[in-house]
Amino acid sequence: MLNYALRRIFMACLLALFVSFLTYALIFTAGDPAAAIAGSASTAADAENIRQIYGFDDPLIVQYLRWVGNVLQGDLGNSLYFRQPVSEIILSRFAVTAQVGIFALIFAMLIAVPLGVAAGRWPNSLIDRGALFIAVVGQAVPSFWFALLLIIVFSITFPILPSSGLGTWRHYVLPVLVLGYFSMPAIMRLTRSGMISALETDYIRTARAMGLSERRVLFDYALRNAALPLISLSSAQFGFMLAGSVVVESVFAIPGAGRLAWESIGRADLPTVQALVLCFSLFYVLLTLLADMLNAALDPRMRMK
Amino acid sequence: MLLNVQNLNVMIPTQGGPLHAVQDVSFSVSKGETLCIVGESGCGKSVTALSLLGLLPKSAKRSASRMTFDGQDMITMSDKQIRALRGNRLSMIFQEPMTALNPLHTLGRQLTDVYMAHRRGNREAARQRAVYLLERVGIAKAAERLGQYPHELSGGLRQRVVIAMALMCEPELIVADEPTTALDVTIQAELLRLLAELQKSMGLGMIMITHDLGLVSRIADRVVVMYAGQVIENALAKELFENPKHPYTRALLGSVPDPSHPRMQPLPSIPGTVPSLVQKMEGCHFRDRCAFASEECRVPIPLVGVGAEHVARCIKTGAQAPNARSTAP
Ligand SMILES: Nc1ncnc2c1ncn2[C@@H]1O[C@H](COP(=O)(O)OP(=O)(O)OP(=O)(O)O)[C@@H](O)[C@H]1O
Ligand code: SF4
Ligand SMILES: [Mg+2]
Repeated sequence: MLNYALRRIFMACLLALFVSFLTYALIFTAGDPAAAIAGSASTAADAENIRQIYGFDDPLIVQYLRWVGNVLQGDLGNSLYFRQPVSEIILSRFAVTAQVGIFALIFAMLIAVPLGVAAGRWPNSLIDRGALFIAVVGQAVPSFWFALLLIIVFSITFPILPSSGLGTWRHYVLPVLVLGYFSMPAIMRLTRSGMISALETDYIRTARAMGLSERRVLFDYALRNAALPLISLSSAQFGFMLAGSVVVESVFAIPGAGRLAWESIGRADLPTVQALVLCFSLFYVLLTLLADMLNAALDPRMRMK
Repeated sequence: MLLNVQNLNVMIPTQGGPLHAVQDVSFSVSKGETLCIVGESGCGKSVTALSLLGLLPKSAKRSASRMTFDGQDMITMSDKQIRALRGNRLSMIFQEPMTALNPLHTLGRQLTDVYMAHRRGNREAARQRAVYLLERVGIAKAAERLGQYPHELSGGLRQRVVIAMALMCEPELIVADEPTTALDVTIQAELLRLLAELQKSMGLGMIMITHDLGLVSRIADRVVVMYAGQVIENALAKELFENPKHPYTRALLGSVPDPSHPRMQPLPSIPGTVPSLVQKMEGCHFRDRCAFASEECRVPIPLVGVGAEHVARCIKTGAQAPNARSTAP
C-alpha cells in the first residue's frame, strides 16, 4: 500500500508540475503580457518598464522557475483589478466554491447511490424507470435554466429560500441543488450498471448460496464492488462541478472562485485568472489522487500493482 | 430421506421463447449418500442444482409436485426459510473457483460471514472454525491465510477455500456442480479425493454433478443420467454400470474403455446433436440420435421400472444395439 501511495503521490507531483507550466504559459496567450499589465492607457515606455520589473526579457524557463519559486512562497502576484496580492483574494473565494461543491457532491450521492442501487437490484421496475427519467431530464436541462426555475419557484412564487448571497444554510440550498442535480444522472447510471454486473457475478451467487442476508449481499458484497468505478467518477464529477460553479455562482451571486474567474476574465485581470486556473487544476490533481487512494484502500488488487 | 424432488420443472424465458431447461425431473438423496448427476453439456444439470437452492435467475419459473429437505416442504418455504437452509444445512460448490470469491474481502471475512449468517456465535468462534476447516481442506498456515485476499491464491487453493466455506456450518447435504473441471488434472484428483474423504468423515450427503464417468464409478451410490432436460435413467451405481438400459446410457458407457480408470475424462461424444429445449418435444428427446428409434418413439415416453430401484425412459430397454457391446441383461 505504501509503495502504491508513494508512486501515486509522485505521479501527482509530476502532473502538478506540468499543469503549473501550462498555467504559466497562459500569460502569453494575451499577446504581449507587459502591454496587458500596463493597460490600454499606457505608453510604450510603461510597457518597457513593466517588462523590466517582471523580467519578461529573461529566457522562458528562468521566468517560469522564478514564478514557481514565488508560488511556492505563497506569492501569486498582484491583482490588476483589486491592487492587492492575489493570494489574499482567492483563498476565501476558493473555500466557498469548494464548500458548495462538496455539499453538492454529497447531495448528489445521497440521492443517486440509493436510487442506482434500487434500479440495479430491480432493473426495469417502476423505480428503475423513474430513476431513468430523472437521469434523462438531468442530462437534458441546462443548469442555468434549472437554477432560474428554482429561483422562480422557491424564491419568488413561494418565498422560502433566498436567491442570492451566502449567509445562512438556506442560502446553500438552491446552489447545492442545482450543482448536485447536474452530476446525479452520471452517478446514478454508473451505480445501476455497477450493481447489475456485480449481482451477476459468481461471488454474489456464492454469497447467496451460503445464505448471507440480502442486505449483506447487496450493500457489503455488491455495492462495494460497484463503488470502485464510482469513486473515480465522483472525483471527475467534482471537477465538472468546479467548472459548473462559474454558472451557478453567477446566477446566485455567490462570492466564490468560479464567479471571480468569470469576472476576472472580463477585466483582463491576468494574475488572478492565472492563480485561479492553477488552484482549480491543483485541486483537481489532488482529488484524483484522493480517489486513487480510496480505491486502493477498498481494492486489495490495486494495492498489489 | 434427506432430499426428495418429484416432477421438477424449470422454464427460463429467452428471446427465442420459453426454454424448458428441466422437465419432470425426480430424484432423492438419503443421509450420507452420494448421488451423481451426469449428462452432456446443456442438459440441465446446473439449472437443476440451482433450483434446489432457489438460486435460479429471477425470470425463471420453477414448479414441482414435491420438494422436501429433511421433511420440510421447500416449495412453500419463504425466502427467509430457504436462506436459513442455504450454506447452513444445504451447501453448494460451484464450477469456477477463480471467480467464486469476493475479491474485496479477506478469506477470513468471507468464511466467518457464512458462520455469522447462521449461528449466533461471535467472530472468534467463527474464526476458530474457519482455521480448523482450512486445515481440514489441506491449507497450510491456515491462521495466516485468513488475512489474505482471493487474488493471492491459486485456483486449486481457492476451490479448497470454497469447500471450507461450504462446510462452515456442518451441512447435511452438499451440491457440487463440476467442482474441479476448471482445474489442472492433478489438482482435480487431489480435490476429489479430499471431497470424498470429507464426505465420509462428516457423514455428508452429496450431489455431485460431473462429466467424468470414472469419478462416478468410484464415488456414486446412485446415478441419475440426464438428457435434454429429462432424467432418462436412474439407478444404483453398480446396477447402472453393469446393466445400463437406456440407449443413451449404453452409448456413453460403451465408449468408455474402462470406467474405473482414475484419470479425468470428458463425457464421451456421441454422434448427433442435442435437441433445442426451446420447443417442448413431444416424443423421446433422444430420438434423433437413437439407433432404435421408430414411430412408437414419437409419443411422450414415461420413466418405467426396469429393475430394482432402476428406471429408464425408453420403450425398448430390452433391445440389443446393432453395434452391440454386451450390455443387455
Ligand atoms: N440464465 C439462463 N438463461 C437462459 N438460459 C439458460 C440459463 N441458464 C441455463 N440456461 C439454459 O438451460 C439449459 C440447461 O443449462 P445447464 O446450465 O443446466 O446445463 P448443464 O447441464 O449444467 O451443462 P454444463 O455441463 O455445460 O454445465 C441450457 O440450454 C442453457 O442454455
Ligand atoms: S424411446 Fe425410442 S428413440 Fe427413445 S431411446 Fe428408446 S428406442 Fe430410442
Ligand atoms: Mg453446468
